[in-house]
Amino acid sequence: MELYEYQAKELFRKFSIHVPAGTLHENAEDIYSSHHLAGNRLVVKAQVHTGGRGKAGGVKIVNSIAEAFTSAGEILSMTIRGLPVRKVLVEEALSFSRELYLAITLDRDRACDLVMLSAQGGMDIEEIAGNSPASVIKIDIHPHLGLQEYQIRELIHSLSLDASDRMELAAVIRKLYRFYNETDATLAEINPLVLCKGTFVAADAKVVIDDNSLYRHPEFRSLRDINEDDPLEREAHHRGLAYVRLDGDIGIIGNGAGLVMATLDIISQEGGRPANFLDIGGGAKADVVRKSLEVVLQDPDVKGILVNVFGGITRCDEVARGIIDAMEQLEVKIPLVIKLCGTGEDEGREMLRGAGIVPVAEIVEGARRIIGLVRN
Amino acid sequence: MGILVNKDTKVLVQGITGKEGRFHTERMLEYGTRIVAGVTPGRGGTSICGIPVYDTVLEARTSTEIDASVVFVPPPVAADALMEAMLEGVRMVACITEGIPVKDMVKVRKVAVDCNATLIGPNCPGVVTAGETKLGIMPASLFSTGATGVVSRSGTLTYLIVEALTAAGIGQSTCVGIGGDPIVGTSFTHMLSLFRDDPATEVVVLIGEIGGTQEEEAAEYISEHGLPVVAYIAGKTAPPGRRMGHAGAIISGGKGTAEAKIKALSAAGASMASTVSETVEMVKNLLSGSSVAAMSQQGA
Repeated sequence: MELYEYQAKELFRKFSIHVPAGTLHENAEDIYSSHHLAGNRLVVKAQVHTGGRGKAGGVKIVNSIAEAFTSAGEILSMTIRGLPVRKVLVEEALSFSRELYLAITLDRDRACDLVMLSAQGGMDIEEIAGNSPASVIKIDIHPHLGLQEYQIRELIHSLSLDASDRMELAAVIRKLYRFYNETDATLAEINPLVLCKGTFVAADAKVVIDDNSLYRHPEFRSLRDINEDDPLEREAHHRGLAYVRLDGDIGIIGNGAGLVMATLDIISQEGGRPANFLDIGGGAKADVVRKSLEVVLQDPDVKGILVNVFGGITRCDEVARGIIDAMEQLEVKIPLVIKLCGTGEDEGREMLRGAGIVPVAEIVEGARRIIGLVRN
Repeated sequence: MGILVNKDTKVLVQGITGKEGRFHTERMLEYGTRIVAGVTPGRGGTSICGIPVYDTVLEARTSTEIDASVVFVPPPVAADALMEAMLEGVRMVACITEGIPVKDMVKVRKVAVDCNATLIGPNCPGVVTAGETKLGIMPASLFSTGATGVVSRSGTLTYLIVEALTAAGIGQSTCVGIGGDPIVGTSFTHMLSLFRDDPATEVVVLIGEIGGTQEEEAAEYISEHGLPVVAYIAGKTAPPGRRMGHAGAIISGGKGTAEAKIKALSAAGASMASTVSETVEMVKNLLSGSSVAAMSQQGA
């Protein structure tokens, strides 16, 4: 789960990491009631789950509340990389003497967490690493021992900072590490971490929380929906379905992530455009299958659906029942092609034929059929 | 004989009294797996399908010899169960559980490394040595005995390929699912090295997907050591930054694309398949050349 900047900063505050004073707005008018920000230099920032906000004009430094109001109005009507801007964060614009890069993240290749620090904050980390790789210091965190004090010293060592700033930076690193651990984050990135009169402040914040850990973070439950950009994806997640919306017109439903990805690939290979990824998981019953069809059918772009189910624990007759139920309850007018084999395949296929749906035996054939039907 | 387990492997089932544990214990016994004990804390003294249940792995190990464990324990307590097994001396553990927090897995994997234990998974269907034993949930009827090894990050996609191989008269030696999570206990590379040393395996099918660098590392191994491999990589159409079902199936910061994996494996000499039937054809081709000839081709 990727958090918005304002959510990440709220959490940082709880962990005593300094962030700029700021307010969140869903419409520009509210800005006038933010009295404490009046008279300062301000920055208006689009709250979207993507990088490149600055380049897209989604981050503006202004000199008054009136200007903030105007910029907010413009930014709230923007779409950045396909994502509509629904909220802006209005903060005091900071004057700072240094900009650093600090992040803690999971390095899956090395199977451990690592801390990264660079004296060159404010740019994309790929750019920083590209321009001067030596300036990015990385330290692996021991999976059992955690981040050690000597490692923090090693990290800070090459930066030219005076003694008191060094101590401050060490404190921020300790706090960020505590944050990273206690929130089950897989990324906690501060870019830039700015030095304002002896205090380090997180001018920006990017946090990703491990989805698998959400069961042990009831405090994040309310954040989930807010962070779901697509209403269909939100709906699917409420129903416990693994669903990713794409931009094609052939809906895909299958059981097993690899199998579903492979089905998307085959549609694409045969010249079709998948509308979504949807994995019904293992041992799915008829109602899960029905719910999946309902979700896919809610996508107005979908002109046909390909179902690919391998029955291991999942039973083909259960899947067939779910499909037939959905066809009856919703008024399915678009073509449906189904590749169904494995446990209970004979019964499942018989049921489908009885309902006027023809099952295919092979997926490439199925892909060609649905693509052909959608084209006509 | 099997690269990880065989008909003589004495197996413990952790979480045996739960719905999944119980159901799959029955299926494993049907296949011939030598299940000798089960563990569910608080249910010691009972039995499932005639298998004695203990409260702890320590108790189970004290009562009977255990070579391997298969874990059907829910995510909140799975890491603890895995550590218990490995730290109490079980050398081979297969974890079926999906949904273990990654922070827990970072710790668990280190335990596996320190204990020199082989950890398969998590979020995997387990391992089958055709005709001998199965640990996990793979449907038994798919398998036939032969010379093709299979190693995969997927579940049902693996079943489709195994089914097609069997239908084409191509049997399997060992089939192992390494799991769909970002941090797993065992790599493709490690499994390839075991297959390479296995006299019963002549060709390996590698089923990969987007996310991470496992396939690229495997490509390096194939380049260096030469091994007849047919690879199928799922996720060519996956958009960047989105988790595609599996927690580990995500293209992050431009890394982990199917394209890069296909390129690396192809350059290393692996045959790249785009469909299940292509996979079977390519395996047939590799098997029909002698294994020595195939290996020297790969190594060139």
